[in-house]
Amino acid sequence: MSASATPVALGAARPGLFGFTRAQAVGFLLMLAAIVVLPHVLYPIFLMRILTAALFACAFNLMIGYVGLLSFGHAAFYGMGAYVCAWTLKFWHLDAAAAILLGGLTGGLLGLALGYLAIRRSGIYFAMITLALAQMVYFFCLEAPFTGGEDGIQQVPRGTAFGIFPLHQDMAMYWLVAGIFIAGFLLIHRVIHSPFGQVLKAIRENEPRATSLGYRTMHYKLIAFVISTFLSGIAGATTSVVFGIATLDGVTSARSGDVVLTTLVGGLGTVFGPVVGAIVTTSMENYLAQFGSWVTVTQGAVFVVCVLAFRRGIVGEIAAKLRLSL
Amino acid sequence: MMMIFGIPAPLLFGQLLLGLINGAFYAMLALGLSIIFGMLNIINFAHGALFMMGAFAAWVLLHYLGIGYFPALILSPILIGIFGIVLERTLISQLYKLDHLYGLLLTFGLALVIQGLFRNYYGSSGMPYDIPDALQGATNLGFMYLPIYRGWVVIAALVVCFSTWAIIEKTFLGARLRAATENPAMVRAFGINVPRLITITYACGVGLAAFAGVLAAPIYSVNPDMGDNFINTVFAIVVIGGMGSILGSIITGFGLGVIEGLTKVFYPQASATVVFLVMVIVLLFLPRGLFGKTA
Amino acid sequence: MLEVKDLNAWYGESHVLHGASFEVREGEVVTLLGRNGAGKTTTMKSIMGLVPRRQGSIRYRGAELIGAPPERIARAGIAFCPEERAIFGSLSVTENLMLPPVVAPGGLDVATIYELFPNLKERASTAHGTKLSGGEQQMLAIARILRTGAKLLLLDEPTEGLAPVIVQQIGRTIREIKKRGFTVLLVEQNFRFAATVADRHYVMEHGQVVDMIPNHLLESSMDKLHEYLGV
Repeated sequence: MSASATPVALGAARPGLFGFTRAQAVGFLLMLAAIVVLPHVLYPIFLMRILTAALFACAFNLMIGYVGLLSFGHAAFYGMGAYVCAWTLKFWHLDAAAAILLGGLTGGLLGLALGYLAIRRSGIYFAMITLALAQMVYFFCLEAPFTGGEDGIQQVPRGTAFGIFPLHQDMAMYWLVAGIFIAGFLLIHRVIHSPFGQVLKAIRENEPRATSLGYRTMHYKLIAFVISTFLSGIAGATTSVVFGIATLDGVTSARSGDVVLTTLVGGLGTVFGPVVGAIVTTSMENYLAQFGSWVTVTQGAVFVVCVLAFRRGIVGEIAAKLRLSL
Repeated sequence: MMMIFGIPAPLLFGQLLLGLINGAFYAMLALGLSIIFGMLNIINFAHGALFMMGAFAAWVLLHYLGIGYFPALILSPILIGIFGIVLERTLISQLYKLDHLYGLLLTFGLALVIQGLFRNYYGSSGMPYDIPDALQGATNLGFMYLPIYRGWVVIAALVVCFSTWAIIEKTFLGARLRAATENPAMVRAFGINVPRLITITYACGVGLAAFAGVLAAPIYSVNPDMGDNFINTVFAIVVIGGMGSILGSIITGFGLGVIEGLTKVFYPQASATVVFLVMVIVLLFLPRGLFGKTA
Repeated sequence: MLEVKDLNAWYGESHVLHGASFEVREGEVVTLLGRNGAGKTTTMKSIMGLVPRRQGSIRYRGAELIGAPPERIARAGIAFCPEERAIFGSLSVTENLMLPPVVAPGGLDVATIYELFPNLKERASTAHGTKLSGGEQQMLAIARILRTGAKLLLLDEPTEGLAPVIVQQIGRTIREIKKRGFTVLLVEQNFRFAATVADRHYVMEHGQVVDMIPNHLLESSMDKLHEYLGV
């Protein structure tokens, strides 16, 4: 899917802070300000849900937006990251930061294995294969003893981060989540604007040419996939620490669909789209939670509307109106 | 008692039969996905939801109109097929000029809407649908008792699958379909209305799903999630068989149903994952699938 | 019979035809000559409705076809044999032959077609149309549109890449179908071949028709023609 919704940026030629264009730098600073101010206004738990959903969507967006591959199985990495993090936290009493990192590594390692199988195909085929592989992970989690089956791993203590910061208070937890999100966000940005990211761009635009220039395109795509799945694992792991639970919910195909929807709503291939998408879909879920299956209906309807009439997503539309790269 | 590989024969044959029945549903659903993929170039993510709607249509026909199983076997695919025509004409056809992934996203969204609506109205618990009188009971095959309805499902599925295959491979309508799959522009330039052919194909693929849904109604309870249980496995089967291959989807569907059944006998813990393990092995050695030709 | 006026056509951003105009009269064999990229094939595809965007006027027996979808154009009685022949590999030879529906009475029946193309009769049972040789595929591509009753045939480079003996056979076929009352618009690179079958020649350059040469003046226009075609 060519997510080339991003128009030519006014300031694209002279990158400023962290390689952001000026508009992006303004956006980033606004986002930072919101992260600092909002927990004093809104429930930190709600905000943490948004931040983890946003990190997950940013990770997913790295594949669809910059490699052009739609993964329909990202829940596998998110959910496995959550399981491993929750398990090590509960039974090994690991440090929370280490457990989250371990969750990320689990996602990345699984991404390496499954990506190796899927990355040779593209388009619809890649989507189908990732979906089916993630379903395999789901059935594995359903049967494997360590996941706790239908119950999941419950009552996971948050413990401490880096050995010194106790996390049982929500605000402390919030700062850790915010830090992880910002680090992940910047990592993705760094990757995209590195020479590695330039090759990814070349591959997306014309793979045969990139191959003929001597790039092993499969390796590049696989590395991007591993980075994306690593961050998905981090997102899942972080969520499991926040809520003290890791369940099958995290590895379902519905979860994979969620992250697709979040990114689509915000804007595929935009820098801030996944974040805006996470705000929208998380708020929507929060509001609709009381109405049972209407959540599913609404999600489906949003999917349909976005695909038919709103393919650039919120940020993509704004960026096109303002002729900026956001 | 007769033993085969140290397994009591009735158990082995019983699981083989269950495998064949699951395989029958896999084959019918994979076949529908394949013919739709061939013509529309989209993976119909709403397939499981339409399968479920087929079962519900049979249930509604029976409970509100007193129309029984056998008429429902015809009527339900027609009703769901018409619904498919509406979906294709109003929504899916908007996307043909775009990347095919949008078709996947659209049908995924449609599946969520349909399933959510049914869950709202009917709840998640199932509604029973009785086996028709004519197909009740069991027959003694000597080595096992065969419930007649289950035998009927396997035979009906085989007949429908191979008829579909024969129509596509052996008739002139099928020749038009094959030609339009290869080069739609040229087929239009011969005066054949390809957009209408696409609509008909979608309706037929969807009708197949509904037919499978009616067959499934007496076996599994009629519930909004019944498609979900099948469809993810069916996607794996489509990957194994190679997308768009007609015979490939039928053979792979039945074959993997049987493999799943056998796994239940010998290593029950892996029975849910075995299809996916087969998929991994196939992907390692034949990334295009067992019967796949095109990229 | 066919009147093309001020035809413009685009592939995406690139503007390929810039106001091409010409006409084909009933019973004629007319060629479009020109260098590679002059817009000959695009002209054919535009007539057939196979170009994403086109403007101007294409009238066939008085009816305007510029906005019509390909299937309606075909039903009006125009048939197209593309350069790449478009023989379907998933169809047998017979299925390929029978694929185009009959759009009007007056097409050739299968027996007559086999008389014209004896090779096809021999290969009728071949399971995949693409297993035929290049020459046989070209014969099949022409044969199948003779069945449909379409009276205007668009043949895009039917001799391309074929052995001289087969080129001669195609020449005979074109003269034969002209005799049977078909009208032919032919795209050719090979004007020596064109001279053996055509009544008139249009020359295309840069997406426009720049000249028309009746066949009997072809010999005397050789210098001009060499310049147009750059040979």
